[in-house]
Amino acid sequence: MDLMTFTSDTLVAFSPEILLAVGAMVLLMIGAFRDDGALGVVTGGAIALIVTTLALVHVVPSDGLRLFGNSIILDGFAKFLKTLTLIGSAAAVIMSIDWMRSARMDRFEYPVLIVLATLGMMIMISAGDLIALYMGIELQSLALYVVASIQRDSTRSTEAGLKYFALGALSSGMLLYGCSLIYGFSGTIELAKIATLAGHGEASVGLVFGLVFLIAGLAFKVSAVPFHMWTPDVYEGAPTPVTAFFASAPKIAGMAVFVRAMISGFPTMTPEWQQVIVFVSIASMVLGAFAAIGQRNIKRLMAYSSIGHMGYALVGLASGSESGVKGVIIYLTLYLAMTLGTFACILAMRRNDAAVEEIDDLAGLSRNSPLMAFVLAMLLFSLAGIPPLAGFFAKFYVFLAAVEAGLYPLAVIGVVASVVGAYYYLRIVKIIYFDEPAPAFDKMSGELATVLAVSGVVVILFFVYPGPLVSAATAAAKALF
Amino acid sequence: MSGWPILSVVTFLPLVGALFVALIRGDDEIARRNARFVALWATLITFFLSLLIWIYFDPGTEEFQFVEEMPWLGGVIAYRMGVDGISMLFVILTTFLMPFCILASWVAVEKRVKEYIIAFLVLETLMIGVFCALDLVLFYLFFEGGLIPMFLIIGVWGGQRRVYASYKFFLYTLLGSVLMLIAMMAMYYEAGTTNIVELLEHDFPASMQPWLWVAFFASFAVKMPMWPVHTWLPDAHVEAPTAGSVILAGILLKMGGYGFLRFSLPMFPLASDMFAPLVFTLSVVAIIYTSLVALMQEDIKKLIAYSSVAHMGFVTMGIFTGTMQGIHGGLFQMLSHGIVSGALFLCVGVVYDRMHTREIAAYGGLVNRMPLYAAAFMVFTMANVGLPGTSGFVGEFLTLLAAFETNTWIAFFATSGVILSAGYALWLYRRVIFGVLDKDSLKSILDIDRREIAILAPLVLLTILFGVYPAPILDVTAVSVEHLSKSYSDALAAAQAVMQTAGLGAQ
Repeated sequence: MDLMTFTSDTLVAFSPEILLAVGAMVLLMIGAFRDDGALGVVTGGAIALIVTTLALVHVVPSDGLRLFGNSIILDGFAKFLKTLTLIGSAAAVIMSIDWMRSARMDRFEYPVLIVLATLGMMIMISAGDLIALYMGIELQSLALYVVASIQRDSTRSTEAGLKYFALGALSSGMLLYGCSLIYGFSGTIELAKIATLAGHGEASVGLVFGLVFLIAGLAFKVSAVPFHMWTPDVYEGAPTPVTAFFASAPKIAGMAVFVRAMISGFPTMTPEWQQVIVFVSIASMVLGAFAAIGQRNIKRLMAYSSIGHMGYALVGLASGSESGVKGVIIYLTLYLAMTLGTFACILAMRRNDAAVEEIDDLAGLSRNSPLMAFVLAMLLFSLAGIPPLAGFFAKFYVFLAAVEAGLYPLAVIGVVASVVGAYYYLRIVKIIYFDEPAPAFDKMSGELATVLAVSGVVVILFFVYPGPLVSAATAAAKALF
Repeated sequence: MSGWPILSVVTFLPLVGALFVALIRGDDEIARRNARFVALWATLITFFLSLLIWIYFDPGTEEFQFVEEMPWLGGVIAYRMGVDGISMLFVILTTFLMPFCILASWVAVEKRVKEYIIAFLVLETLMIGVFCALDLVLFYLFFEGGLIPMFLIIGVWGGQRRVYASYKFFLYTLLGSVLMLIAMMAMYYEAGTTNIVELLEHDFPASMQPWLWVAFFASFAVKMPMWPVHTWLPDAHVEAPTAGSVILAGILLKMGGYGFLRFSLPMFPLASDMFAPLVFTLSVVAIIYTSLVALMQEDIKKLIAYSSVAHMGFVTMGIFTGTMQGIHGGLFQMLSHGIVSGALFLCVGVVYDRMHTREIAAYGGLVNRMPLYAAAFMVFTMANVGLPGTSGFVGEFLTLLAAFETNTWIAFFATSGVILSAGYALWLYRRVIFGVLDKDSLKSILDIDRREIAILAPLVLLTILFGVYPAPILDVTAVSVEHLSKSYSDALAAAQAVMQTAGLGAQ
């Protein structure tokens, strides 16, 4: 096998990642050497960079091409999830503009770090071996640790960053330990080869141990129970645009790498990892539903909500089938739309130029700004999975896969948890619609309104024309099988 | 009549109306009046269009008619609409009651009129969709989607304990429905289709049927509502605004019965037969127990709510006899109850708008000041009791007849419920309408005005018409009901035969 063939084809195929890496460096230079107005230039540059990359991802081949000795896989699955991730990152940068302006937080590093984290996520999604997988995750995580504490004068923000870093380092250690066990017992780091080796007879105990550690590390990255402890604190402590970013793109990349590692790397060990995923999924759904009930801070509530949603997405993975992966992809797509829209609303919760974060601050929003209230209420109903909104279809496809795989207990516990979850979403709707109005919020900025409008249209009108997404997800899922 | 998609038009026309209302600017008196008129016109046009369905409906076949099909979610899950003899009249009932709801809220709803009207029109679309959908996923979409507008209607425009009632309504029905969703997925996996027409032909394995039946029962029993999962209904009814109560009693409750007729009975006949004793028991308990509870109510709306639970007991009892009479009776009872209970809530709304209380004790002697009102109220009370000559009688009689053929004791207990219903309904009438008008607050109460006459007169007419001459309803439904009843007994006979051959083989 010719390992290091740096032909021009390879470089072209890898050009989106290269562009992001080079672009990030250039933006860093601009930020460092330009005296004033650096933030605006860097932010605009970062958005342009991400959008260009997004276009480029759709130009380069995606027919299962393998680069750098099978380290990087470019297939339909990668293309689809990279698209989602890039949209999430771009939206995160866009939604930070207003915040940076009003919080007087002149930090050009923020967009640069987002670009670097995005690069890490792209590598995660395409990872074809354990080294690429680990490298992608670390590049992403290190950028995220810094981003979490970007507001360095705020104790909450620095606490969030430190907590995230300490626990993240632990999980990276577990991940690495798992990888080395897998390498030790299979003799290879390539996912495809591990799959063939693990297929011969009984799986060795060492390999199973390695697998469990790998799952633990990945579960931490998608904040699934029991590795979720960092999520509420980090979500609450980090500046809100950062929280919006945390809830969207990294979750999608994390799920993508999770799915690829399990489906491509251990298809013959499905019974071994399936039971772990089923447990993690049930625990996440149930904890996400119950723990959110008592929350008063909306960012903290969204943290538990995202824990629950990762549980639902894992239902699709637990079924281990092609339709399960399809379910995960649809779930992540619609989750992205719902999350971005909800965070656009949370970012718009500002009074007298200061952000407010209590759920009660939304009281009577339907009187003060009816349109925003309506869209937010629909987003919340959608998060709860009520038809005809998009969130219903997301849940529908993952549970359909679970039923097909015969995982009835998982499906039943899942839907019952969704009823419990509906309670806390309803509580917010109640505050918005039934309660007496609190003072009005400041006017929503144009960028936030745009993000909210786009996600609102996707979520409310998805049922009118769902065909394209479903067929695209079907095609993307096929790439893994 | 295959030229244009009449069902889709009827279904989505209210939504178009809602869009128009949403586009109305401002919140002054003119804007409100415009919104009300747009809604009235939208619902009226929808109603008259839906009459075309009835006119062009061919009662001679049990096939689905006006069928539409379009690709939707990809694969086999498609947008399919169609009606047969069982569902067609529910569509008409829905479109018929909606203009009354709009009229009933004409002056009663003062705050946030636009949102209120939008919620109602969206709700109408979703309700019609439930009865027209011929695809499992589409059905579920409409079935569950109705929760959102109803939650808002109860929560925003409801009474004192509206928040509690809206939560209870939402979570109760959602919990029942999600289990049905899992069952639907299992059916999809088993049969490989979500087309209801094909699923009706599909023989589900006997081992699977009980599970599916229970999951569907969890949803429909809550919606119906059957004892003991009825407790959300009185709360929701009492707190909802008048029009909300009309919709709840008139249409939302019928979705449970419709579900039994569309899914449980024809698709899981063996399980239905197996669980029939359970349903009979619950029905009889509902009839007697909730009638007794109704006797003790202090609140007019709560009393009618409990009487609804009792009346729905007759419906479930009739449906699960599986006989032609039973199903026919259940169907008729649902349609009649849709009109009568809706009318009763409208009557309560009339006095509530004047006095702002629903306490029975706050009224008395209304006949002295409101003779027209007293007359209308009496017709509906009698229909609620099931007096021959009113529409309430036909359904109750047919279901009791069917129950008598199946099991005498069920009929015995259920009939005693009829006596109890006479007790609470007449007592309510006596306390509210008769007696001496000695309360100062009532001294200046006015009789119903033209708007209220326009609301109540058609309902009085229909109540008596269908009581004296039920043929229009019984005729259009007959073939479908007969087909349902026949395929049900055929399926049971086939299973019986299989059992016997298996038994012979074992010997």
